[in-house]
Amino acid sequence: MTASGAEAALFWVLAPLMVLAALGLLFARKAVHAAICVMFVMVDLAILYVAQEAAFLGVVQVVVYTGAVMMLFLFVLMLVGIDAADSLTETIRGQRWVGLLLGVGLAVVLLGVISRAAFPPAVGLAEANAVTNPVALARVLLADYVLAMEVVGVLLVTAALAGLVLTHKRRLAARQTQRALAAAKVAALPTGRTLTPLPAPGVYAQNNAMDTPALGPDGRPLEHSVPRVLRIRGQERSATAVLAAEETLVGKELAEAGLLTEATEDEEAR
Amino acid sequence: MEITNYLGLAAILFAIGATTVLLRRNAIVVFMGVELMLNATNLAFVTFARMHGDVTGQVLAFFVMVVAAAEVVVGLAIIIMIFRARRSASVDDVNLLQS
Repeated sequence: MTASGAEAALFWVLAPLMVLAALGLLFARKAVHAAICVMFVMVDLAILYVAQEAAFLGVVQVVVYTGAVMMLFLFVLMLVGIDAADSLTETIRGQRWVGLLLGVGLAVVLLGVISRAAFPPAVGLAEANAVTNPVALARVLLADYVLAMEVVGVLLVTAALAGLVLTHKRRLAARQTQRALAAAKVAALPTGRTLTPLPAPGVYAQNNAMDTPALGPDGRPLEHSVPRVLRIRGQERSATAVLAAEETLVGKELAEAGLLTEATEDEEAR
Repeated sequence: MEITNYLGLAAILFAIGATTVLLRRNAIVVFMGVELMLNATNLAFVTFARMHGDVTGQVLAFFVMVVAAAEVVVGLAIIIMIFRARRSASVDDVNLLQS
C-alpha cells in the first residue's frame, strides 16, 4: 500500500528532522538539550500516529510522553543539577568506538531485515476504524485484553507507591526545633556569628543591585552584606566606585537644575 | 511512498536510542535513550496495525506507553536515590560492587 502524496510529504519532512533530533540526544553535551531533542521526536511521533490513522494514540502520545514523562525528566534534571555535563573520561577503553560500531551494526541489521522482508499487501485501517478509532481500540482493549488492562492498573498503583517509597527520606537526626536553633545561635556567639540576620546589600540611587555592599554606621562597606555566592564568584562591586559615580551624577543633576551655578559663580567672584 | 518507510524510521530511531544507552554516562540521558527505543517500537506497532488492518497493534502500543510511564516513575526515583547517596548521576560512579 502506498501512502497518499500529502502523507509522503509529511513523512519526508518529519523523518529527517526526527533523526536529527534523535542524534541530538546522542551528541548533546547537556542533558537539558537532550531532553528538548527527545521532546521534539515525541511530538513528531504523535503527528505520524495521527497520519497513520491512530488518532487516539497520537493524543495519548502527547499527553503521556511529552506532557508527563518528559516533564518528569525535566523535573529530575533540575533536582540533579541542570548543568550536570557528561564526564568524558573512558572507564572502559575503546568503549566509545565499540558502542558506535554496535549501534551502526544494529541499524544496518534492522534496516536490512526490513528491506528484505516480504510484507503482505497492506490493508489499511479504514474498515477497522469505521466506528472511529477510539471505539475500535476500546472494543479490542476491553474485550480481548481486559485481564492485561487490570494487571496494568495494578502495575500503575505499584509504580506510584514505589515512587513514593523510593524517594521518601528517612529522618536520620532528631528534628531541629526553633528553641534548639536559638540555643545553637547563642552558643555560637563567641565564634563571631551574629544573632541577627545578615545586613541587606546596598541600595543606592544609581543601582539597586545585590552585588554592591551596604555601608555600615561608620561609613565603611559591609562585605558580608553581599550574598556569599557573588563574593565567591568575584562578582561583587566595590561600594566606593558606586558612591563616586553617584556623587558625579548628583553633581550633574544639580548643575542641570541650576542649583550649582550660584556656588561656582561665588567661587569665581572670590 | 511505501508504508514500510515508517518501519525504516522506527529502526533508525531504535538504533540511535540503543547507541545512546551504550555511549552516554549520564543516567538520565541513558534513560531517555530507553524511552526513545520504546517510542520507536510504538511506531513499528502502529505501522504494522495499519499494514494488517487490525487495531490490536495500536492496543499493544498503548500498553507499551502505560508500562513506560510506570517504568519512568520507578527509574527516576532510583536515579534520585542514587544521586542523594552519591551526589552524582553518572552511571560510572555506581561501582560499589567492583572489587
